[in-house]
Amino acid sequence: MTKWYRENAPITAEQLADELMRLKRGSVTRRHFLGVTGLGLATAVLARQPGLFNSTAFAGDLGTQMSIATWPNYHDPATFEAFQAATGVAVEVNVFGSNEEMLAKLQAGGTGWDLFVPTNYTISTYVKLGLIDELDLSKLPNYDASTETARFTNEGVVDGKTYAVPKNWGTTGIALNSNKIKTPVTSWKDFFEVAMTEADGRAMVHDYQLTTIGNALVSLGYSFNSTKPDELAKAEELLIKVKPHLYAINSDYQPSMRATDAWMTMCWTNDGAQLNRDMPEIQFVLGKDGGEIWSDFYAIPKSAANKAAGYALLNYLMAPENAVKEHIANGAPTTDSRVLKLLPADVTGNKIVYPDDASLTPLEFGAAVTLTDPGRAELMARFKSA
Amino acid sequence: MPAATNTKRNLVTAALVAPAAAWLMIFLVLPFIAMLVFAFGERAPEGGYQAAFTFAQFARLPTRAAAFWNTLVLAPVGALLCLLVAYPVAYYLAVKADPRYRLILVSLVVVPFWTSLLVRTYAWMYILGSRGIPNLLSMVGFEDVRLLNTPGAVLLGIVYGYLPLMIMPIYVSLEKLDRRLLEASADLGARPVSTFFGVTLPLSLPGVMTGVALVTILLLGEYLIPQLLGGGKVFFIGNALVDLFLQSRNWPFGSAIAVTLVAVVVVILMVAMRIAFKVAGTRQVDLV
Repeated sequence: MTKWYRENAPITAEQLADELMRLKRGSVTRRHFLGVTGLGLATAVLARQPGLFNSTAFAGDLGTQMSIATWPNYHDPATFEAFQAATGVAVEVNVFGSNEEMLAKLQAGGTGWDLFVPTNYTISTYVKLGLIDELDLSKLPNYDASTETARFTNEGVVDGKTYAVPKNWGTTGIALNSNKIKTPVTSWKDFFEVAMTEADGRAMVHDYQLTTIGNALVSLGYSFNSTKPDELAKAEELLIKVKPHLYAINSDYQPSMRATDAWMTMCWTNDGAQLNRDMPEIQFVLGKDGGEIWSDFYAIPKSAANKAAGYALLNYLMAPENAVKEHIANGAPTTDSRVLKLLPADVTGNKIVYPDDASLTPLEFGAAVTLTDPGRAELMARFKSA
Repeated sequence: MPAATNTKRNLVTAALVAPAAAWLMIFLVLPFIAMLVFAFGERAPEGGYQAAFTFAQFARLPTRAAAFWNTLVLAPVGALLCLLVAYPVAYYLAVKADPRYRLILVSLVVVPFWTSLLVRTYAWMYILGSRGIPNLLSMVGFEDVRLLNTPGAVLLGIVYGYLPLMIMPIYVSLEKLDRRLLEASADLGARPVSTFFGVTLPLSLPGVMTGVALVTILLLGEYLIPQLLGGGKVFFIGNALVDLFLQSRNWPFGSAIAVTLVAVVVVILMVAMRIAFKVAGTRQVDLV
């Protein structure tokens, strides 16, 4: 992780561990420990919230370990360190490149995840397959549905029951290194053309059917969500034509973009903001011909082993003062007006994170059918093995 | 009483064989049967398996021809490259190295196994990426050299990752080599080169065969190295399987490919072993 993340933390992990050992040895008082680590303040702020930091939470029923399945570069590591310091629960982070992969793991069973981060279009299928539980909102006092933006959060509610609560929204656009690529790229049509010409051997697409097939469809003038066989056939033709020119097929594109091994990639808002922050020459553009707008949610798998810890972490993440740090580190826009108020102006004024409404108009939310459509699934697999 | 002795012996044999048999039954035979059943089924609407009896999955095998081809070419080529690098090392360790240091040197071959292959392969991503070797090459005038995400990078990763598995069996067979045979060969007027090809190499063939078979079989199921060093573009059949089970959730088609892979491996092994034993057999007769 970059140094930048660490600056967010009131104290480094090493210092925290040192202080914790000093406390355990009795060299320092509890007051000193809470003071230097910033946990005193955090506890004081959160003490007003019932649920997480009351005495039962510390009675040990949270266990010592939990597991979250999420996306690459998606959290502030300091968040999990602070959560562990506050509750004693260590968070194991599993990173995925596609919703299909998450679904496959849950269908096969035995994931061990206590919390995961599905995208809007998948939730109805998870409910249908009985893979996630309705959330017990009494365990999430920090969540407030009334401060959420309905446009981004309605897919978490199925048949009037809340199965998932929003993490953030975002878009899928194009990140390109302007030092390397001089041709203007403003659409997915441009993306695929430049990938075969100026950025030959330097462009990346996601290892993810929704965006890779979806953006290929958009570049041909079709809907991002199409499942029509003739349109998919055209998209496959394009993807297979582009494949020999690609640098890689991988959803974790930040390392390659940072090393300038890759010059252009399909890119999610949060990664675009992180890349642009550290390397201003990397620009983030939305396709004027279309693309994806999405929101990611938190949900608890039915098979979760440590649901208590899953709820505790979720409630912790829903607290605006914790969520704001996540948003600053992660770079994706918030769905929660309470968090929006706390965000610094340079974040809310960042056009990558909060683009103009006009540039969002051509974008489409992913449709549930794309998750399970065998035609799209097999197209992606054929494209990769071609 | 002989009958009682026989019964007792049978019981002992059964007791000795039982753990291995149970292990193979539970972890090899039963899963393979499940895979066979799946291979004739259909993908459920949301993914997974749905009971059916159809050959449709096998009919779609040609769509993965490229992955089969990559695997069937790169696995043996990788194993042979491993052999070329490993043989001189094993020869040095077994024949030339000072016996006092031999144990240390042999341990050094095994040391990389103390670190996960995943981590070591990640290291190659940085060495082969723009900021690694290509950066050094650009300083001496070779611009725009691309190493990462090419078949060459995958082969390099394979040779690197599997080298110890090739060195060890060859080393063991060379170490057992009777030095008096080499002296006899020299006494009878053979030059070192012909001694090597007439005596040393044939006698180490069992080790070579073991190494090649071991590495080839493991490579046929390789997934990690092509994924990391091939950038998802150099696709092995192992990658196709991961995709079918973990992305498109088509268990029946994945099972059909897995069954086919097992069949291909068995056939290749049988043919290769027959040829190898024939070569080794005739050579040994020549020696006697």
